[in-house]
Amino acid sequence: MSKATFDVPPKGGFSFDLCKRNDMLIKKGVQPPSFRKTGTTIVGLVFQDGVILGADTRATEGPIVCDKNCEKIHYMAPNIYCCGAGTAADTESVTDMISSQLKLHRYHTGRESRVVTALTLLKSHLFSYQGYVQAALVLGGVDVTGPHLHTIYPHGSTDTLPFATMGSGSLAAMSVFESKYREGLTREEGIDMVSEAICSGIFNDLGSGSNVDICVITKGNVEYLRNHKLPNPRTYISAKGYSFPKPIEVLLTKVTPLREKVEIIEKGDAMEE
Amino acid sequence: MTKHQANWSPYDFNGGTCVAIAGADYCVIAADTRMSTGYSILTRDYSKICKLADKCVMASSGFQADVRALQKLLEARHLTYQHQHNKQMTCPAMAQLLSNTLYYKRFFPYYSFNVLGGLDDKGKGCVFTYDAVGSYERVGYSSQGSGAKLIMPFLDNQLKSPSPLLLPAQDAVTPLTEAEAVDLVKTAFASATERDIYTGDKLEIVVLNAEGDRREYMNLRKD
Amino acid sequence: MISWVANDNLQTPHGGELIKGESCAPSSSSFTSVDLIPVDSLSPLQRNFFSKMYPSVSSGSMDHSQLQTGLLCLEADSQRTQYPYVTGTSVIAITYKDGILMAADMGGSYGSTLRYKSVERMKAVGKHSILGGSGEISDFQEILRVLDELILYDNMWDDGNTLGPKEVHNYLTRLMYNRRNKFNPLWNSVVLGGVKNGQKYLGMVNMIGVHYEDNHVATGFGNHLARPILRDEWHENLTFEEGVKLLEKCMRVLLYRDRSAVNKLQIAKITEEGVTISPPYSLKTYWEFSAFKNPTVGAEGSW
Repeated sequence: MSKATFDVPPKGGFSFDLCKRNDMLIKKGVQPPSFRKTGTTIVGLVFQDGVILGADTRATEGPIVCDKNCEKIHYMAPNIYCCGAGTAADTESVTDMISSQLKLHRYHTGRESRVVTALTLLKSHLFSYQGYVQAALVLGGVDVTGPHLHTIYPHGSTDTLPFATMGSGSLAAMSVFESKYREGLTREEGIDMVSEAICSGIFNDLGSGSNVDICVITKGNVEYLRNHKLPNPRTYISAKGYSFPKPIEVLLTKVTPLREKVEIIEKGDAMEE
Repeated sequence: MTKHQANWSPYDFNGGTCVAIAGADYCVIAADTRMSTGYSILTRDYSKICKLADKCVMASSGFQADVRALQKLLEARHLTYQHQHNKQMTCPAMAQLLSNTLYYKRFFPYYSFNVLGGLDDKGKGCVFTYDAVGSYERVGYSSQGSGAKLIMPFLDNQLKSPSPLLLPAQDAVTPLTEAEAVDLVKTAFASATERDIYTGDKLEIVVLNAEGDRREYMNLRKD
Repeated sequence: MISWVANDNLQTPHGGELIKGESCAPSSSSFTSVDLIPVDSLSPLQRNFFSKMYPSVSSGSMDHSQLQTGLLCLEADSQRTQYPYVTGTSVIAITYKDGILMAADMGGSYGSTLRYKSVERMKAVGKHSILGGSGEISDFQEILRVLDELILYDNMWDDGNTLGPKEVHNYLTRLMYNRRNKFNPLWNSVVLGGVKNGQKYLGMVNMIGVHYEDNHVATGFGNHLARPILRDEWHENLTFEEGVKLLEKCMRVLLYRDRSAVNKLQIAKITEEGVTISPPYSLKTYWEFSAFKNPTVGAEGSW
């Protein structure tokens, strides 16, 4: 009898086991499930002392809002943050993975992480997946070489810019930056401009909405202003309120208790070897 | 130059939600005023409600160009009707006309989702709800459009109407007062706007009753 | 087997010929009385659309010979615009204190090639209206010709009445929608502004007949880049100078971010007094941000 071969489980990375099956199902007309996308406005700009990142807080699944107050500004390192647009699972896991690599790198070198390092790790990861990891990112931070702002596209290309926008609201936000941005903004001016750009995305792009999150990164300091602005309160609350009275009707009650003890039956030889 | 095949579609979806509720002596018809395409807003103030006769109002969402063509056609047909019969069309008559008009385009449909609300010849509220190709039904309340799937279960819960299978047929109108119905519509739209990206900006409410008609507006979220 | 498709009253079955191939077509009287047309008499484009929507409608009814006539028809119908050739990009327009202001650049793109640089995309229509067009340039010029004819015929009544912007806009919406019903669209989004009897009017229509009025409108990229600015900064009492400044701000953003925009534009004004279209001019631009000049300083390897 010939030796049986065993499949060794892979050590890491994605599992592609079901790709062929899924492909076949799609060809037969099965609709693939939709993923939670952060149809998004995310922005960043460089001001006189560092970098400011901004994001809206709406997450959508098709035409439905599935989270009205989600967080899109992700932690990368103590001095680096990253805004994510695209498929929520991809932006979250890719930033988490790279964040963990950066931490290991800091343990190894005993130095502060640099923004280029995060950038290179992110883009090489995204490039190797040829756009299938759907993450469009705005990466910002301040390191030993100064403030840096980058955009990273899902296919792995990157840009280095004084101001950047991404996501479905990127054009609305860019119209604010293109008509107002200048060099040497103060902290207050910078925060105002970022929140104006995010608001532009919130009000003009249907994929973006709810609140404004802001993250100000300066040399040796980070301020995460969660829900810096709340420009969309509910417009009508009924004075009398509504209840949903219909209780669920109980048709039958029967209790089946779990078996209390597991019986162990001794049988056969003791363990081999 | 490479011939890029810029394929075009004769249809678009311009979003929007409509609701109508019938009471014993009134009818409330409401729709938001946002008009959008894809992820962008075209205008924040476009009325989806069209008064077709004295006691008959239609609210429509879907493809705006088709909706407008449909409204114009019905308006013209109603004008002819007035010339021929020297009276206004009743709401049930208009309901049948709308159904026929929609079915006439069965194989190149008007991509419009309508609710027709009004008062019948006895002055009782009536609501008719449609699909895009003319199938229709008289009901006590209904919702159509992008937010319908959010609003309908709420209305079902609050206004549980008797089953249409009951014999003898039960009255479908809701037991609410006019003010309660308006409040319910406002709440339904405020909630739908929270979760449906195509609904928002402003709510337009038309109330029909024995005195005539009245229009009301309420702001909705603009994001 | 014959399959039937309801005929929109606006679209005529082209030609008078109903019988193609060997399918037995009914007498033309029954055809007109019920307003149904056999699938065979649809244009190839319509048939193609229906067969995509309703696979069962056309399956089986097309044998090989019919397929060939279909292909021949396709050649005969080649005047139909299936894709644009030379296109113009966004038009933006606002109402202001005394009337309407409209802006458009003068580029004509042949795909991604900037082929023409002096295309006039805003023209007066009658006494009270101005039309701005984006999309296929030849279709736009055809629209202008049709409108000229309309204005001329209206003038020939000599009754002292003239068509106002509202009327012209309404005519345009029907024109565009009817062409889409015939599966032969005019490949444009057009903006119509005007003033008549102290009443300002500003509206737009696109290639499938979607139309609306607003205090500010924009087509194409303008909807994404200019409308956000206009929604923030437009107000009822804009003076002429403020209005021009606002439009220039929008055009500059479009110039930066729309690849088919060119730095040569016109601004048109219409008031009770009439139409003025400015000579072409260009906008000042700024490219001196140090991060633009030397983006990778302190971050070598960030490309």
